[in-house]
Amino acid sequence: MIQNRRVAILYSVAAFVALIGLADAIYLTIGHITGQTVRCTITSGCSEVLGSRYATVRGQPVALFGAIAYFTVFSLATLAAFGYRLVGKLLLLIVTLMFLATLWLLYLQAFVIHHFCQYCLLSAAATTTLTVLVAIATRASR
Amino acid sequence: MKRFFPFAIIVIVLAGALAAGWYWWKAAHKSPASEPSNSGIPAVPTSAPAGAQPQHVRGSETAPVTLEEFGDFECPSCGLFYPVLKTIEGAYGSRLRVIFREFPLTTPHPHALAAAHAAEAAGLQGRFWEMHDLLYENQEAWAKAFDVRPIFEGYASKLGLDVERFKQDQTSEAVDNRIFLDGLRAHSFGVQGTPTIYINGRGIPYEEFRTVEALRASIDKALAK
Repeated sequence: MIQNRRVAILYSVAAFVALIGLADAIYLTIGHITGQTVRCTITSGCSEVLGSRYATVRGQPVALFGAIAYFTVFSLATLAAFGYRLVGKLLLLIVTLMFLATLWLLYLQAFVIHHFCQYCLLSAAATTTLTVLVAIATRASR
Repeated sequence: MKRFFPFAIIVIVLAGALAAGWYWWKAAHKSPASEPSNSGIPAVPTSAPAGAQPQHVRGSETAPVTLEEFGDFECPSCGLFYPVLKTIEGAYGSRLRVIFREFPLTTPHPHALAAAHAAEAAGLQGRFWEMHDLLYENQEAWAKAFDVRPIFEGYASKLGLDVERFKQDQTSEAVDNRIFLDGLRAHSFGVQGTPTIYINGRGIPYEEFRTVEALRASIDKALAK
């Protein structure tokens, strides 16, 4: 029972972190669509990153895929926290894929675009935290 | 009851996410139209400095629509806007006049100022627009280079300019002054980013000129007035 409680807390925290990532990704998606962050401004690394060709995949903003992913993770983590343990494996798979995507995006910012945007770094932090939390929760619930 | 609880939370969060998206969308759309002072693209003050003279103009003097661009040759969004404007210029012909103003953003773009100098130096030999086009068309190539001088000299020679004079003009006071005067005009308008576009003296938000369709709509609106 104590073990179960610990797992529930881990998944709850994961759901909360996913919410932060979701808010961040929605903000960036809307910014991309309305062009708020895409113009170049005097003080910015964001416009370099968000205005680059790596900010879109097949014409859709990367942030939109992020928002969908974070919402999925939030939903699954919430279900897992309430005892739907079957979703745990799916959640681990999705979070792992997100973590790999994050590594790729960080690589692009550091070595290709040579600029970092703070919203993208926030998202990287959120995904990394999620990966750690979900990995621990998966181990603990075995 | 408890079984449905997580699903209720998920639905609430989905609703909240959509509401937040809608709110940001509204906020982004509202600010330029109804509150010009907050949009970053304020209205043109009547006593604005004229900018560098003679200005770089493309198109007919008697055109009913004048589009004034504050641009930075190294700015990626300006590079994306370049083909949009080209297409529109072709489509509108003598009904559209385009003015280019230098607004190099030197903080994010290390070669922006050098590019502005190169374009203005070409301008002193009457080939500003040709250099303007070359700079935008090859933006990705030179923006990544360490030393842009040989690249720009290559463009000058490609355009048939007197390269020795071009090299001297790049660092001349005449070129410095032109960029400074365009900057004065930009600052009086409150320009903060690039590309910033004015159509018949009215600043328009980015989403109203980022695509050919959007820019067409903005120009048609000005023509209808």
